[in-house]
Amino acid sequence: MDFSFTEEQQEIFAAVREICDEELKPRAKEVDERGEYPWENIKMLAELDLFGVPVPAEYGGLGLGILDWAVIGELLSAACTTTGAVYGAHLLAEYPIMEFGSEEQKEKYLRPLASGEKIGAFGLTEPGAGSDAASVRTRAELDGDYYVLNGTKVFITNGGEADIYVIIANVAPEKGARGITAFIVEKGTEGFTFGKDEEKMAYPALANRELIFQDARVPKENVLGRERRGFRVAMSTLGAGRIGMAIGAVGLAQAAYDAAVAYAPTREQFGQPISEFQAIQFTLADMATRIEAARWLTYHAAWRKDQGLEFEKEAAMAKVFASETCVEVCNKAVQIHGGYGYTKDYPVERYYREAKLFDIVEGTSEIQRLVIANRLLKEAMKK
Amino acid sequence: MHIIVAIKQVPDTSEVSIDPETNTLIREGVPSIINPYDENAIEAGLQLKEEYGGTVTAISMGPPQAEEALRQALAMGCDEAILLSDRAFAGSDTLATSYVLAQAIRKIGNYDLVICGKQAFDGDTAQVGPGIAEQLGIPQATYAMEVRVDGKKIQVKRLLAGSFETVEMKLPALITADKHMNVPRHAGLRGVMAARKKEIPTWTLEDIQADPSKCGLSGSPTTVVEIFPPQRSHKTERLEGEPQQVARLLIEKLRDAQVL
Repeated sequence: MDFSFTEEQQEIFAAVREICDEELKPRAKEVDERGEYPWENIKMLAELDLFGVPVPAEYGGLGLGILDWAVIGELLSAACTTTGAVYGAHLLAEYPIMEFGSEEQKEKYLRPLASGEKIGAFGLTEPGAGSDAASVRTRAELDGDYYVLNGTKVFITNGGEADIYVIIANVAPEKGARGITAFIVEKGTEGFTFGKDEEKMAYPALANRELIFQDARVPKENVLGRERRGFRVAMSTLGAGRIGMAIGAVGLAQAAYDAAVAYAPTREQFGQPISEFQAIQFTLADMATRIEAARWLTYHAAWRKDQGLEFEKEAAMAKVFASETCVEVCNKAVQIHGGYGYTKDYPVERYYREAKLFDIVEGTSEIQRLVIANRLLKEAMKK
Repeated sequence: MHIIVAIKQVPDTSEVSIDPETNTLIREGVPSIINPYDENAIEAGLQLKEEYGGTVTAISMGPPQAEEALRQALAMGCDEAILLSDRAFAGSDTLATSYVLAQAIRKIGNYDLVICGKQAFDGDTAQVGPGIAEQLGIPQATYAMEVRVDGKKIQVKRLLAGSFETVEMKLPALITADKHMNVPRHAGLRGVMAARKKEIPTWTLEDIQADPSKCGLSGSPTTVVEIFPPQRSHKTERLEGEPQQVARLLIEKLRDAQVL
């Protein structure tokens, strides 16, 4: 067992850390206040090759692993969680094309996603379907050389801003999961428009929009994988997405902890810094311990993915543990700041609002526990 | 055009403190960085290359670990890097340093422009750039803000105290970059990965055919007698009263302290 990163990985992460410290972190408050999609940050990440991390070199990527992608995502999330979320959601289009795309699709769509020239988004969730992907109602009907899509997706991260969408629809609703098909849909396709941009508890700068398909005609060659085999595409993407959400949560939790551990020694009460009180010390110790555990759970899930091993259970474990850790740690970070933590003068106020996202999206904590239990029971039956 | 950028690895002074007992720099655990003005020099070289085509070679004189700084220069986009390292170079003052760098530049040969940072963060002498130009017998323009290449000539807008000056020089020439000249780019991940694969040759005294008596301590007429931090005092005096009165009192105090 070896827990160390190679020299190359360390240099790559150091370069990302420099970008985070000098560019993203100083602007994070402004991104939140302005509430506009952070194109400036995104263009910079594209220029510095961050969108091509896990994509093979033959399609213009860096040819690194999901673990490398995750460590970079952690740093981004800690510096500017909104920008980290864009990076995370981008993978949800990049990843399925990388895994299931044809040669032509990879040339046409993966290459611009890897360079960051185009941003990606993944459209699964509907008012009545999300983790329950088999209930997707968006219809796709074959008409000559085109599929005609009808339906509405909701909460889609990068929606409206992205150029390339991986859309989960059903070609045979009566067959449930067996009708599910994945499509690559370009922004600008006739009949494909954008609806409501959700107003959320946090992330005003992050686009989470409705995707509306009204007789949208998608060329047949844009079926991703095979017709009626889209359930696997959706599940596999959700699996990678869980690693993304878990690592985003680890990054945000780390930022909140860093703020708390820096603040505690500066705040005096009863004639001493509050960091001298055991209650604060124990809180900090628990925060750091949980973050460490969440980080290694996530790295391990990502490592398994890179090794080609089964990783669904591990990713779900990482996601539920990291997101609940994030909510807990951000809560404690505000608590340590006291009244100041409740004001917008300190970043922990924002972190606290941002944290809640993680134990809801990409499958709630409850869904993750179902996934884990399902796996555990299957494994137990095999014995 | 062929551009040579001379850089120096320095301790990150924002993290350096002075031992109050010994009055020496506490360098332990302090990360090394490229001298910030040298990052401006690299950026200037890369921008010129992007505009006029050509190559950028980074050179640095220093201990073996100065290779890290060169590796970073490669990651930013420099094409080649050469480390000048030899025990004989140790203890060089600005005269000896500029001699060594000039010898290396002679060996590289066929260059159009040499760019240095305006000064180093640690020594703050601003002498090495001009020294190299003297050694090479080429024209120089320090504190460059903007440059424009026109055939075999270069126009340089210089930042002086309170004014600008534009000069024109024949190439090859040397400029030193001011921090207002540009915003140094970050190294992209592709650059970081490519830089790892590049060879950084080390040139010794022999390689650059340097005269040992002009290098290191023996080639350095400067002696540092003492290094000490400025005396710090924390005496605070509070002036109170009507604004006009306080202002008058303040002027008096400043005159007494010979500040005015």
